[in-house]
Formats: sequence, C-alpha cells, structure tokens
Amino acid sequence: MIRRPEPMQIVKQRRDGVLRALVDGVPYIQFLGITFERRGDELTCILPFKEDLVGNPMLPALHGGATAAFLEVTAIITLSWGMIWEDMESGALDAATITPDTLPRLPKTIDFTVDYLRSGLPRDAYARARITRAGRRYASVSVEGWQDNRNRLYAQATGHFVMPKRQG
Amino acid sequence: MSDKIKSAGQFIQALPHALALGMELEELEAGTAQISMPYSDKIVGDPKTGVVHGGAVSALMDTCCGAAVMSHPSNPAGTATIDLRIEYLRAATPGQRITTRATCYHVTRSVAFVRATAVDEDETVPVAMATGTFTAGTGG
Repeated sequence: MIRRPEPMQIVKQRRDGVLRALVDGVPYIQFLGITFERRGDELTCILPFKEDLVGNPMLPALHGGATAAFLEVTAIITLSWGMIWEDMESGALDAATITPDTLPRLPKTIDFTVDYLRSGLPRDAYARARITRAGRRYASVSVEGWQDNRNRLYAQATGHFVMPKRQG
Repeated sequence: MSDKIKSAGQFIQALPHALALGMELEELEAGTAQISMPYSDKIVGDPKTGVVHGGAVSALMDTCCGAAVMSHPSNPAGTATIDLRIEYLRAATPGQRITTRATCYHVTRSVAFVRATAVDEDETVPVAMATGTFTAGTGG
C-alpha cells in the first residue's frame, strides 16, 4: 500500500513554523532585520536595507561589520536548519509545540573569514550558505552574498563551527 | 591629538552602524585604536544563554581595525575592508562591555595590515582575535 503524501498545507505549516521559531528566538537577527525565504530545505537570507546598516555615509556603503554579521547569521541558521530538518520531518521534533526554548542549541562559531569583494550598496542584500562538511562535532560552511546580480558577489565567507551535542 | 586623527575619530563615531550598536571610541593614536560596545539585549545571539552574537563582535572588530588604519601616519583619509578573519576564543560574559584594541602594524602603497583583540571585563583570555587587510592609498 502506498502511503499518501501529506497535504501541502500541513507540510508548509510545519516547516515555516519551525523556521520561525528558530529565527524569532535570536534578538540580533531581529535587530539587523534579517528575513528568510524557504524553498523546500533551501534558505535564502535577506538583509533589507536600512540607514542603521551604513558604515561610510559619504559613499554610502553598508558597514563591513553588518555584512560580516549577515553572512554569519546565514551560516548559523542554515547549519541549524539542516540539523533540525530530519527530526522535524520524521516527527521526532514536535513542530506544533516548538518554541525557541525547546529547539536544539545553536552551533558556535570557531572562526569566520569574510572577503569583501565589492562595496555594499545601500540596498537589499541576499545570502546563501553551503555546508561543505557537517560532522558530529565540527562543521565547515561557505557563504555567498550578493545584491543586484546573483553572479556578482559583494562578499563571501567561510567559517568553522562547533555543533551542539545531539539530544538523546 | 593631531587634526588628522581628530577628524578620523569624528568620522568613526558618526558611522550609523557603529551608533546603532552604541560603540564608543576610547583611544585613537598613530596606528592604534580602542573602541568598546555596551552589552544590550538586542545584540544577543543565543537566547538560552544571553551571549552576544558573533556578528556584533565582528562589527566592533571591523570598526576598530578600520579606525587603526585611518589613524596610521602614512595613510590617507579613507579605507575599506579587504578581508577580515575572526577567531572566537570564548563566549563573552552576558552583561559585560566588550572592548577591542586594534593595531595597524604595516601599510604599503595599497594595503594596510591589522590585528585586533577583543576582551570583556575579564581580560585574562580574549573573547575574540582578528586579522585583517584593508585598502590604503588609492588602491581601493
């Protein structure tokens, strides 16, 4: 007997709900105003432009620190999301009752290196992270950030992270 | 304090993102800078522990390194980050102010080399260390 796939609405509700719990629990993400777009398990992080993010007001250009923070947030959330995904889909993690308090701990950054390829323009920025290696204890992640053109990166980063201990 | 350093100081304290994080320039002299940032609930990265997000420490380090470059005797008015690597040695203690000191130890015609250390109120082990390169001259 073939198992019927779950109704689409239920799947979306579960995934979006868990992503929201993951993101809403981090004050710094709210402070920067970062939002997330999800396509299946793929995340795109968006940094909507605001005056607070400007470094050099004469150009004006995004602050390098704001860009570094944006790429680091992208790496941490993408790593965490990848870790949660399986438990969420299998039902091991109850999506209906999840809160920031019941989520697994976030990965900890060991080191993070940012290449500033172009000046950050005063407009929205986007980023995606690729998990190069996800071991039990350590993970390596690379992140690409762009603005107007997907193929013209304005910044890229690589980082290493300590993964939280898995429950159970 | 020379006029050049004074104007660099004013410039750094007027950066919108630095203002948003409450950064304070404490010291600026030929090639070295010290900037601190208060603890605040809005920059927390781990809600379970109240530890500040690494990104906020990055922003502080980047600003401080840039300030050190701008105050270096051989360097012109502006600079931009080429590359910045940060190592997070330990979690900053929640509630404590973070202070960064950066030194620009060499400037060529186009590149400035900088190192920085960040501590909280316990200065025995740094919270983070950074190594960066910045544009100098008209190489930007």
